[in-house]
Amino acid sequence: MASYVVRRVAQALVVLLGVSVVVFALVHLVPGDPIRVSMGTRFNPDAYEALRARAGFDLPLPVQYGRYLANAAAGDLGVSFRSGDPVTTTLLGRLPATLSLAGSALLVALLIAVPLGIFSAIRSGSKLDYVATVFSQAGISLPDFWMAILLILLFSGVLGWLPPSGYVSPLADPIGWLSHLVLPAITVGVVSGSILTRFVRSSVLESLGEDYTRTARSKGLHERTVVTRHVLRNALVPIITVTGLQLAYLLGGVIIVEVIFAWPGLGQLALLAVQSRDYPVLQGTVLLVAVVFLLINLIVDLLYAAADPRIRYK
Amino acid sequence: MTGHNGQRVLEVHDLQVRFGTRRGAAHVVNGISYTLDAGETLAIVGESGSGKSVSSLALIGLVPQPPGRVTGTVRFGERNLVTCSSEELRHVRGNDIAMIFQDPMTSLNPVLTIGRQLTEGMQLHLQLDDRAARRRAIELLDRVGIPSPDRRLGDYPHQFSGGMRQRVMIAIGLACDPVVLIADEPTTALDVTTQAQIVELVDDLRRDTGMGVIWITHDLGVVAGIADRVAVMYAGQIVETAQVDALYEHPRHPYTQGLLGSLPVLGQPERELATIPGLPPDPVHLPSGCPFWPRCPQRLDERCETERPQLRDTGEGNLVATFYEAKPASEAVS
Repeated sequence: MASYVVRRVAQALVVLLGVSVVVFALVHLVPGDPIRVSMGTRFNPDAYEALRARAGFDLPLPVQYGRYLANAAAGDLGVSFRSGDPVTTTLLGRLPATLSLAGSALLVALLIAVPLGIFSAIRSGSKLDYVATVFSQAGISLPDFWMAILLILLFSGVLGWLPPSGYVSPLADPIGWLSHLVLPAITVGVVSGSILTRFVRSSVLESLGEDYTRTARSKGLHERTVVTRHVLRNALVPIITVTGLQLAYLLGGVIIVEVIFAWPGLGQLALLAVQSRDYPVLQGTVLLVAVVFLLINLIVDLLYAAADPRIRYK
Repeated sequence: MTGHNGQRVLEVHDLQVRFGTRRGAAHVVNGISYTLDAGETLAIVGESGSGKSVSSLALIGLVPQPPGRVTGTVRFGERNLVTCSSEELRHVRGNDIAMIFQDPMTSLNPVLTIGRQLTEGMQLHLQLDDRAARRRAIELLDRVGIPSPDRRLGDYPHQFSGGMRQRVMIAIGLACDPVVLIADEPTTALDVTTQAQIVELVDDLRRDTGMGVIWITHDLGVVAGIADRVAVMYAGQIVETAQVDALYEHPRHPYTQGLLGSLPVLGQPERELATIPGLPPDPVHLPSGCPFWPRCPQRLDERCETERPQLRDTGEGNLVATFYEAKPASEAVS
């Protein structure tokens, strides 16, 4: 088990090194000079030279990369071209909003997908299964921005129950935080939940048809025991995979939903960075998202080992 | 209930299983009848698709309904298992009638320890506590020939070889001292030497416990070694049933003759193996009359195409579903 963890962490570090090269290259792949481009019409030779020197662009590329890597490892991701704030501070400032949206959306998604997926698999071919299929198809097909607008219209326009947009820190006002969180969480959660429902259903359905399920039934176990003890444990591995991918995707920022709800998450930050050509911030965001993906994949791999003993001993 | 040798434990009458398919109703089992006594081994022999596995799953209510539909009677003690409630059936399954399956690689749950898989049935049916169940599990594993069983309870199926897994399956089947053990091709997925060990093990256990065994197989070689009686199935019907010696010495149904003729015999390398021309019929479009007539090499009677022959006594101990006095195999082949 320990060697498995060490091996997986080492693999993740290698991937991270590759990502850092791509992220570093991002700035240098831009046609022209990123600082020149980012200054646009406000070009000023003195400021330009100062910014170039501060970004270290006057040094040879390998040296620049080495510095970038060393700084990044120490948590220094450079300084925003725009605000002059450290990128790390900017990213950390976005984390509470991103974490609360991703976490609550995943909760909504699982609350929809797990019961619906299991029941529609157990009653496959029934009316409930049909309704669940239509629901998940609709959830996948409906554009999230449209669903967001409908939800805003209904819950804050017509009913006036919830604020239409914005973000409040949970430390300052927990109730306000929650009321602002509900609509974006439902919007994102319904889409994720629809995708997850399909995976849960097909995974449970497959496990229900396996020989070991027949063996379990032949022992005279209660159907509930057959499903919870024998079927679900086996259906877990694919469900964990997709849930992990969904969470990583949510943590990377759901740009459109964040923009509609004026949600100050990572997605919105990435969009602003692209619009204002703030390369250090964009680099930092991409790197953070990559790290999040790697971390979640690592956790998913470790969970596999917990769910399936065959993986543990390989 | 426990059976004394010779006591009737199971009586199957006119068992039918149909499945609704898009192409129409598939008639998979078409009115089979047989009995099983305590301590007896009945072999049900047939090709893939002859309905032998489905008919045995139907005994303990493991045919999904719908799309399946099971009719007829399966008399077990006072009960008819076809009509009794799913809750009653649950108490019979694994407790009075146990089943072991073809592929030990897939029939055991890969994510549960074998200890868990062994004890869950006894805890449910025999109300054993954890310690008693564990003790019994160790005894059973020891009985089926798993070395150092106390240390293997915490292991997972993938840590066992195929033959060992089938032994574990058999231990699971025996967990609650069943009256009837249904063995659905338990040796098919194993290599030949392991096959022989498993066959011998089940036969020993039958002798020790007095349980009745229904051994489902397509392998006539296995049958000869352990069965008391044999029922030959074709297209969902029993076409011939006899004591094992009678069946091998003078098979009367042309299909049985064909099956036996297709077996290679040691010491006769130059003998050409017989084949049965054609394919088994599609269960959605069964031929009218005798299901075997389109492939039958000895068809003599016009009724074959219109009327279904019933099992009748030949006077030699065989019950055969043909209309005519079938010639002995030796004459038929020549």
